[in-house]
Amino acid sequence: MTKLREQEDFVSGHRACAGCGLALGARLAMKGVEQDSIATCATGCLEVISTPYPESSWEIPWIHSLFENSASVAAGIEAALKAKGDNETKVIAQGGDGATVDIGMRGLSGMFERGHDVTYICYDNEAYMNTGIQRSGATPLAASTTTSPPGKQSYGNENTKKDALAIAASHGVGYVASASIAYPKDVVEKVKKAAELDGPSYVQIHVPCPTGWGFKESDTIEIARLAVETALWPVYEMENGEIINIRKIKNRKPVEEYLEKQKRYKHLFKKDNGQQKIEQIQEIANRNAKTFELDK
Amino acid sequence: MVERRVMEGSHAVAHAVRCCEPDVVSAYPITPQTHIVEKISQFVADGDLKSNYMRVESEFSAMSASVGASATGARTFTATASQGLMLMSEVLYNASGLRLPIVMSVANRAMGAPINIWNDHSDSMGVRDAGWIQLYAEDNQEALDMTIQAYKIAENQDVMLPAMVCMDGFILTHTYEPVSIPKKEKVKEFLPEFDPEIKLDPENPLTLGTVGFPSDYMEIRHEQYQAMENARDIMPKVFSEYEEKFGRTQNTLTENYKTEDAEIILVSLGSIMGTIKEAVDELRENGKQVGAIKIKAFRPFPDQELIEGLQNAEAVAVLDKNITLGKKGALYTEMKDTLYSADIKPQMTNYIVGLGGRDIPRQSIKNIVQQTKDDLNNGQTREVRFVDLKEE
Ligand SMILES: Cc1ncc(C[n+]2csc(CCOP(=O)(O)OP(=O)(O)O)c2C)c(N)n1
Ligand code: SF4
Repeated sequence: MTKLREQEDFVSGHRACAGCGLALGARLAMKGVEQDSIATCATGCLEVISTPYPESSWEIPWIHSLFENSASVAAGIEAALKAKGDNETKVIAQGGDGATVDIGMRGLSGMFERGHDVTYICYDNEAYMNTGIQRSGATPLAASTTTSPPGKQSYGNENTKKDALAIAASHGVGYVASASIAYPKDVVEKVKKAAELDGPSYVQIHVPCPTGWGFKESDTIEIARLAVETALWPVYEMENGEIINIRKIKNRKPVEEYLEKQKRYKHLFKKDNGQQKIEQIQEIANRNAKTFELDK
Repeated sequence: MVERRVMEGSHAVAHAVRCCEPDVVSAYPITPQTHIVEKISQFVADGDLKSNYMRVESEFSAMSASVGASATGARTFTATASQGLMLMSEVLYNASGLRLPIVMSVANRAMGAPINIWNDHSDSMGVRDAGWIQLYAEDNQEALDMTIQAYKIAENQDVMLPAMVCMDGFILTHTYEPVSIPKKEKVKEFLPEFDPEIKLDPENPLTLGTVGFPSDYMEIRHEQYQAMENARDIMPKVFSEYEEKFGRTQNTLTENYKTEDAEIILVSLGSIMGTIKEAVDELRENGKQVGAIKIKAFRPFPDQELIEGLQNAEAVAVLDKNITLGKKGALYTEMKDTLYSADIKPQMTNYIVGLGGRDIPRQSIKNIVQQTKDDLNNGQTREVRFVDLKEE
């Protein structure tokens, strides 16, 4: 068994909500970066909870610029390091799902395409949490958010989750992986691999948010695990566009077990025809299971 | 020996950049800035400039990458115009708030709609509150000189603010003029290596870009304000030092041209100053007491210099190549503030000229002087006049 290194680069004392999956995700991710590193961070929960002036939770050099430029700022840092002959220091770019799959996509695409030696980490809590739980492109089908509320004519979010991993892979990014905080060592190891690679890499970590999703603070890991065990969050790795590793599921659970524990899906169990939406979500899970051959 | 060659303004700026040796250049093409970044690309391709040149996917990333690079302690250059500057605008505020001495050329171009690639100042005037130092070049030589000076001013420990060197699109960027190109070694003596105290460095981990709460934001902004005030004092020193070393430029934020006994003074900035000076010469030959003041630095705004230069003028004509809708030209409104605080009240008229690249012939300048004179005689009628507007 590999032991996690003791050094913490994202330290406690930050202001995240109790049970925040994102804070845990960041802590684990930082444990994966063993080299000297510089990190960027997009505007969002992570930035706000960790750097209230004059305090900071970061033990490594860290910069926040804007919401949509984490990848571009990181690319500039990498270019500066290279210009100064430093090929050792690693550059880690971080952003929430909104910062990554929506508003920051242009800069992320440019960073990938130009081949910067940057590890991009997306902390996916499936909505714009920092501004009050609005829908993002990574919000799953039928989830209730403050801008995709259920109503007489609505079952919550109308669209399915954007597949940012496939977008990254289609850029020819050498290492692309999904991970979940339910499997801490897996997070650390994937970030480690990503950081060790020369060139761009992308890791998207599923980080349940008790505040935005509506579940008990003590259930964060349980919720994260259920997302994986229902096949709604497939956990896998890709090298040069090829899937090289998949977390198999022993007894795949029905999606209800995941949905019923979260307030953001509550309406599906109350509304007429809510069952139809649940079936659609089950179909998404089935498709994931098939595509990634998740069933053991 | 300095090398003197005939070249376009864009290439003059590229030579300045070559001499300043930025570690990172990141840029995105837009007319009329393109020749600057193309020439720099060629310098890099030929090994004449050892910069890491980033061909980014947008102006937004050009400025964002400059932020990352500058924060890592790299000297950084970029260039843009018009729509590109606006796409950068969110990052411009960020760069100055983070106190990063990025230098950028702006090849001034009108803002759409209607889309128009020709020169006016609506782009850079639109971001005058972004916290950047703004210099405006009159000719290609000045564009080159100001680019080198801009690094020295921006990187001064008491300033640490980004700087934009504005030059009129096409009128300067694409026009050939004789230019003296300094030797790189000499520029290096003038401009020391960039080695900021605060930077992203694993040896000394710092957190940059924190959340500023109401309890601290104001103090941080005040420091930034103070830094811009410091630039006001540091700029003349940098100009003097440059003059000693390279034998050009004056040490003030403005340039007074035949203002001493002038009754009427024209004030403007950028390449139009050449035409204005010629018009002043002609009018002087006919015995008219006319002079001109050129604004070299718009940020910080040269209040004291203007007060001194205008204290005896009877009438001031301010020529703006921009218009703030619902108000007046940017230079005019700022100058009124300057003179009001000094209790100087000459007749003042705002002439809006050259929007979207409309030509401004010498005769138009002379007409402005005549109009100003008529206003003096008749008692002024209008504060804003659009010059050479076609009559239906
Ligand atoms: C250009 C711009 N638009 C909007 C915002 C407001 N804003 C700040 S954080 C945020 C949401 C962040 O969401 P996400 O990236 O998913 O991160 P999370 O907070 O959920 O971790 C938004 C919309 C902004 N700061 N800048
Ligand atoms: S809102 Fe969610 S993501 Fe943000 S700090 Fe709270 S628990 Fe974490």
